[in-house]
Amino acid sequence: MEGTSIIAWMAWTWPTAAFFAFIALCLIAMSVWEVYSPGGAPRHGILGLDTTRGDRLFISLLGSAFIFLAWLGLFGTPLWAPLGISLVYAFVVFRWV
Amino acid sequence: MYKQLNQKAWFLVAPVVALVAFNAIIPLMTVVNFSVQETFGDNVFFWAGVDWFEQVLHSSRFHDALLRQILFTAIILLIEVPLGLIVALAMPRKGPWVSVCLVTMALPLLIPWNVVGAMWNIFALPEIGLMGKGLRSLGFDFNYTRQPLTAWFTVVLMDVWHWTSLVVLLCYAGLVSIPNDYYQAAKIDGASAWSVFRYIQLPKLKRVLTIAILLRFMDSFMIYTEVVVLTGGGPGNSTTFLSIDLVKMALGQFDLGPAAAMSLIYFLIILLLSWLFYTVMTRNEAR
Amino acid sequence: MHPERRTFIRKRALIPAIYIIFLMLPIYWLVTMSFKTTNEILGGFTPWPVNFTLANYVKIFTDSTWYSGYINSLTFVIANTILSVVVALPAAYAFSRYRFLGDKHLFFWLLTNRMAPPAVFALPFLQLYSAVGLFDTPWAVALAHTLFNVPLAVWILEGFMSGVPKELDETAYVDGYPFWRFFLKIFIPTIAAGIGVACFFCFMFSWVELLLAKTLTSVAAKPIVATMTRTASTSGYELGLLAAAGTLTIVPGAFVIYFVRNYIAKGFALGRV
Repeated sequence: MEGTSIIAWMAWTWPTAAFFAFIALCLIAMSVWEVYSPGGAPRHGILGLDTTRGDRLFISLLGSAFIFLAWLGLFGTPLWAPLGISLVYAFVVFRWV
Repeated sequence: MYKQLNQKAWFLVAPVVALVAFNAIIPLMTVVNFSVQETFGDNVFFWAGVDWFEQVLHSSRFHDALLRQILFTAIILLIEVPLGLIVALAMPRKGPWVSVCLVTMALPLLIPWNVVGAMWNIFALPEIGLMGKGLRSLGFDFNYTRQPLTAWFTVVLMDVWHWTSLVVLLCYAGLVSIPNDYYQAAKIDGASAWSVFRYIQLPKLKRVLTIAILLRFMDSFMIYTEVVVLTGGGPGNSTTFLSIDLVKMALGQFDLGPAAAMSLIYFLIILLLSWLFYTVMTRNEAR
Repeated sequence: MHPERRTFIRKRALIPAIYIIFLMLPIYWLVTMSFKTTNEILGGFTPWPVNFTLANYVKIFTDSTWYSGYINSLTFVIANTILSVVVALPAAYAFSRYRFLGDKHLFFWLLTNRMAPPAVFALPFLQLYSAVGLFDTPWAVALAHTLFNVPLAVWILEGFMSGVPKELDETAYVDGYPFWRFFLKIFIPTIAAGIGVACFFCFMFSWVELLLAKTLTSVAAKPIVATMTRTASTSGYELGLLAAAGTLTIVPGAFVIYFVRNYIAKGFALGRV
């Protein structure tokens, strides 16, 4: 690892780079949304939590991670089914939580 | 307090963000990258997909470490929270003894963690330690380097010794914040000690207790140094908790892929816990 | 006071008393061991030092592998404390006085780093600090420890700053103070106690941490905690020496704790109780 550039030891791959680009895009999109419609649309959701848009994004992402892990632990690959579940879950979170 | 909207405040937080991002984001990205690849050293990597995650999620080694971790956390919570509450309730509220109690009780919190381990190691040695010798002369067959059960007993006792004071201090801070009028009113009503506790002290302590439980939960979930120094994770693997297992895998065997996958699963659990912690804290604050 | 009430209070005092005795026993044993000779320790069980000796302490203060450990530890701990608090001060002010884009989430993100297990970061830190050429220097450890100390300092300072009325800022701005003059001349002296507490906790958490400090150093910057664990694992039975080194690490904590005793609980609750 000595003498190699910072990019080399981080061992980047295209899929992981795409993953982080997606997260970064989400954050940028949320910031732009916030600028055009400030306040974050706070509400008291069905779980009894006061959430804003940012909170809902976080709950969606964290929950999706656990959905993927659970699927991988119980059924294994391929991962299209948990992707579908995660999208539905994210929609539910953004709509009602 | 009403806070003014001011986007220039970002300049004030920028140094913190830069520093923590350097320390948190670059390593986290690296861990994610490692977790999907196979390596044989020399910076040569092969794509492995989610194999490592599957392997870790199905490995009995991870399951055992996780189970031990949950069991350990449950035991120490069941001991430390009631004990801390009882000690805090019995502590004097004013007078010279308050400082004495606070300073002596806080002392274990401020001892380097490896010294805590080394101290208990010396304290519990079967032949020459005060506790080991004491227990053996009372007729117990105590040898924490050989028997898993006594090793657990020693590790749990060490954690109780190390961290119960945190619960005591938090509860004590909550108790002294109760105005004296409440007690006066209870006295006029002729309330018993139990009903004072049940209807005056416990409701006021609810939030502090939540914080104490969550802090202890998270900190015990990452326990590493004290146990490594005391038992090294043994005998066998009987006291190998999550962090110990992870460090063995990452720095001991240099299994980058599985270690990275395990790190991420571990990190997600902690992230969920911290989110719960933060939500509970800010929710109570709003009221 | 009624006699029964008095005995009740005395009985009640038993609980903290017993608890404190329980806390003191292992510390007593550590200190006792540090004054024993190796022969006495291995020879059998003695409840107090029979052949009282200072040899263990003499060795630590004269052998450079030992005392340089303390110097290395103090170097990175102090560097880390100063760095963490200086960086955290303006940020804590921003969090306590203003709303801005993403403030709550930023605060939460900082908090998660305080909660993250160091074991997760040990390996990537080793590679990161090797890549930037800081491996085996006190700076690597000082920077690595900011991971959990900066969020902690921000949190504690924010708690103290929120207790300062906003009128102080507003009057100063009306009087024509520019921001930095106000911040350095008026605001920082006002929250001096909070800065003290934040320094104390940064000092402590950097002082007690072992895993990262050990991973990021090898020879030149080896901290005392690493010296101790390596001694414990390799040469095995220099228990007296180990006990003396341990006793010395308790001293700074015991000394400083007296000054912050009224803020300890507050600090451990991360300034939010």
